[in-house]
Amino acid sequence: MKRVVITGAGTINALAHDVKGTLEAFREGRCGITELDIRDSERLTIRIGGQVHNWDPEVNFNRQQIVLYDKFTQFTLLAARQAIAQSGLDFDGHLGYEAGVVLGTAAGGVNTWDDNYRTVYEEGKNRVHPFVVPKLMNNAAASHVSMEFNLKGPTFTVSTACASSNHAMGQAFHMVRSGMCRAMVTGGSESMLCFGGIKAWEGLRVMSKDACRPFSLNRNGMVQGEGAAVFVFEEYEQAKRRGAEILAEVVGFAMTSDASDIVMPSKQGAARAISGALRDAHLNPEGVGYINAHGTGTAANDKTECAAVADVFGPHADRLMISSTKSMHGHLIGGTGAVELLACIMALRDGVIAPTIGYEEPDPECALDVVPNVARQARVEVALSNAFAFGGLNAVLALRRAP
Amino acid sequence: MTQTVKDRVIAILAEQAVMDVSDIRMEDTLDDLGLDSLGLVESIFAIEEAFDISVPFNANAPDKSGFDISSVAAIVTAVEGLVSEQAA
Repeated sequence: MKRVVITGAGTINALAHDVKGTLEAFREGRCGITELDIRDSERLTIRIGGQVHNWDPEVNFNRQQIVLYDKFTQFTLLAARQAIAQSGLDFDGHLGYEAGVVLGTAAGGVNTWDDNYRTVYEEGKNRVHPFVVPKLMNNAAASHVSMEFNLKGPTFTVSTACASSNHAMGQAFHMVRSGMCRAMVTGGSESMLCFGGIKAWEGLRVMSKDACRPFSLNRNGMVQGEGAAVFVFEEYEQAKRRGAEILAEVVGFAMTSDASDIVMPSKQGAARAISGALRDAHLNPEGVGYINAHGTGTAANDKTECAAVADVFGPHADRLMISSTKSMHGHLIGGTGAVELLACIMALRDGVIAPTIGYEEPDPECALDVVPNVARQARVEVALSNAFAFGGLNAVLALRRAP
Repeated sequence: MTQTVKDRVIAILAEQAVMDVSDIRMEDTLDDLGLDSLGLVESIFAIEEAFDISVPFNANAPDKSGFDISSVAAIVTAVEGLVSEQAA
């Protein structure tokens, strides 16, 4: 079994177009949720989101690329370029055969579906652009990353709704740990802030019209976000040998299925995933200092998640910190676990715990230290990242401070 | 159409609950009808479509939505209110 470390990170989300800016926003407890600037928003009931602003694809891609890249692919490539540049790895030689890409997305090229449905249904045209299919497919982002960086090992996309990124990173972790690959590019992205994407979510009536306030008694739902985060997972001995900067170590992963309900979460399923990740990492619950919560801001998730944490950690649940950064960047659905892993890295490497902002009233059913509104300094040895998806699919990662 | 708002709301709830209209009592709660959160959200959608109204309902805060779902009678009253508001 190899040890697995993170040697590169990149992101674009509502808070910033890079990791540095995102961590600054986490430290400041800044909210990136704004009024949505999208076509036909006046016909939406939900008009806020964690939207990426000032995004000009032409700065990063040429015309031929833009024709092929849906926004979720564009976000992924930008984040992957940052992560791989930071890692210092060059995949052009033999390493390219021993490295691959596993990314998460719930819905892939939603903007491409939306634009082209308009073309055929709303505008009544009988012809669409020839590249609609390669642009919208869920694996487009993973394939383009592999092409841009010569990554010729295992490459695929994982789609498990809100747990997609955590499932993807769990696969990448397993591949490096088992020795199957020496490095993996992993994370996830999502871009469904368009008329059809929001309209679909409105139907469930779980979205907030004003703010994402996880764990706060007056919370009234989730807020969607968009963007990507990508990491380089690398075999520890190789990273040490080449003197790479190690951001954190990945030490455990577990996944479970509730096998009960298509939308309602289960305390048992979540608790089994959390305790499974600890067991996989050979950790005692008392070793965990911080949990990046799934913390969607819905009534159902937040109380179920807190109950699961209380079950797994017992008295230690009252000593650890648990926060939801969705309050700042929104819920990136299939990309959310990747962006949230940045908060775990910040906790472990910088000793700064990202807050849960928008917190106004304590909820007795969420009576944990949710780091309300203001970031906190703390030395943390182990952090967990929770993701609990629609469909009852749970995936939890365990990270430790860099060795 | 001579069907009242009440009849139509009851028909919608009966269909969701897979029950006979005659088995639904005005004092029944959603629990009594065996309607879970998904069944409720679907019922509200069907009501909105049937009456061409917009029902203020957030599944996160059912009590604060301004749409009383405590019983079949309460739902009927709330829908009658929304329908008359729309006609006004």
